[in-house]
Amino acid sequence: MLKVRVIPCLDVKDGRVVKGVQFVDLRDAGDPVESAIAYDAAGADELCFLDITASHENRGTLMDVVSRTAEACFMPLTVGGGVRTIEDIRNLLLAGADKVSIMTAAVNDRDFVRRAAEKFGTQCIVVAVDAKKVSEAGSPDRWEIFTHGGRKPTGIDAIQYAQEVAALGAGEILLTSMDRDGTKIGYDIALTRAIADAVTIPVIASGGVGSLDHMVEGIRDGHASAVLAASIFHFGEHTIREAKEKLRANGLPVRID
Amino acid sequence: MKVAIIDYGSGNLHSAHKAFERAASESGIGGDIIVTSDPELVRSADRVVLPGVGAFADCRRGLDAVPGMVAAMTEAVHEKGRPFLGICVGMQLLADRGLEHTTTPGLGWIGGDVVEIKPQDHALKIPHMGWNTLDQGRDHALLAGIPTGTDGWHAYFVHSFHLQPATPDTVIATTQYGGSVTALVAKGTVAGTQFHPEKSQKLGLALIANFLRWRP
Repeated sequence: MLKVRVIPCLDVKDGRVVKGVQFVDLRDAGDPVESAIAYDAAGADELCFLDITASHENRGTLMDVVSRTAEACFMPLTVGGGVRTIEDIRNLLLAGADKVSIMTAAVNDRDFVRRAAEKFGTQCIVVAVDAKKVSEAGSPDRWEIFTHGGRKPTGIDAIQYAQEVAALGAGEILLTSMDRDGTKIGYDIALTRAIADAVTIPVIASGGVGSLDHMVEGIRDGHASAVLAASIFHFGEHTIREAKEKLRANGLPVRID
Repeated sequence: MKVAIIDYGSGNLHSAHKAFERAASESGIGGDIIVTSDPELVRSADRVVLPGVGAFADCRRGLDAVPGMVAAMTEAVHEKGRPFLGICVGMQLLADRGLEHTTTPGLGWIGGDVVEIKPQDHALKIPHMGWNTLDQGRDHALLAGIPTGTDGWHAYFVHSFHLQPATPDTVIATTQYGGSVTALVAKGTVAGTQFHPEKSQKLGLALIANFLRWRP
């Protein structure tokens, strides 16, 4: 039986982890590769690097990080952040990423998703969907796509957008609720469920995890195929193992090899 | 021992290279792992690995675009009897035909067609992406020491098509995804995994070590 995936996400800036792993004693908590190795050993199902490097000149450091991670960790690695061109995707895949997450470039040019999937295959194209609720209280739920870290509205309906990118060849959707991101009050379950039920590709729930129960809700009620979290793991509040045991205790299939 | 991982422009071979190196050193088997697009090195290798990601037709086109490569692979396998491992689309290419988008001829080393997976449960997502266990149909050296079945170890899959064999005897293991999905095939010195051993942590490294030890 296919298992629910638990995916830690590391923010990387100029080749360094922004909120480094603190659950084990690392020689260098800012080194993404050391953090990746720690998560590999802890039983993470996949790993996600989100590059938040501001300048494009520093891209080289990210490539080096991806390459060294791929040498040391034999698990799937998704890399996102600042991916604008087919060449960006090619470089990340050649460095050792298994999947590349695209966000703004797909919002600006939907056909980019089609070209990327045709070139590299559906299996490695993840489309990041950052959505915010725009409906008034009391009226039916409606979410729109926001870019620039949730600051810039686009007017694009999130459900329609998800269906569109799925039809164009996205292999997976990384769905982040910009209302919940950083709040620790749980995923936006209504949003997650609306998107997961609207597409036939897997959806990763993200944004708002504060407890292990939130992960259970993301899968059970949100119908996500995977749950992504950052701080809950990095600061040692919970281990990957605890997350999986919680999911299992709630009747959800997990991998504990 | 020399192991040739064939580079024909289908995706990144960095992690496959490193995983084979790790498995070779951890198991004490050792060996020289090379990533190559040179048919001569494939012809003279002791073991040959054919990876592959993306669409069947693209991979076939890429393989054909390397002059002399298919001939070198065929010679290594069918004349010299070298162990051969196809991974993901590299495994699918072993079939007679791929039916993704258009009909594309495969190598025809393992009878069957590559067809879309169609889970009976329509709530199941496509691609089949993530970790799944293996159901072993019969004993095979590649699965030696690897726990299979519901409580067994997991392999990492990401695919929408699978090899539907012409005869069941080539199927070593399947996985369950709204029905039976082909996971591991073998015939003579040729084997292939639908999953990615280079991404399957413990199970993956054990299977690669088994492949390096395999004496069919």
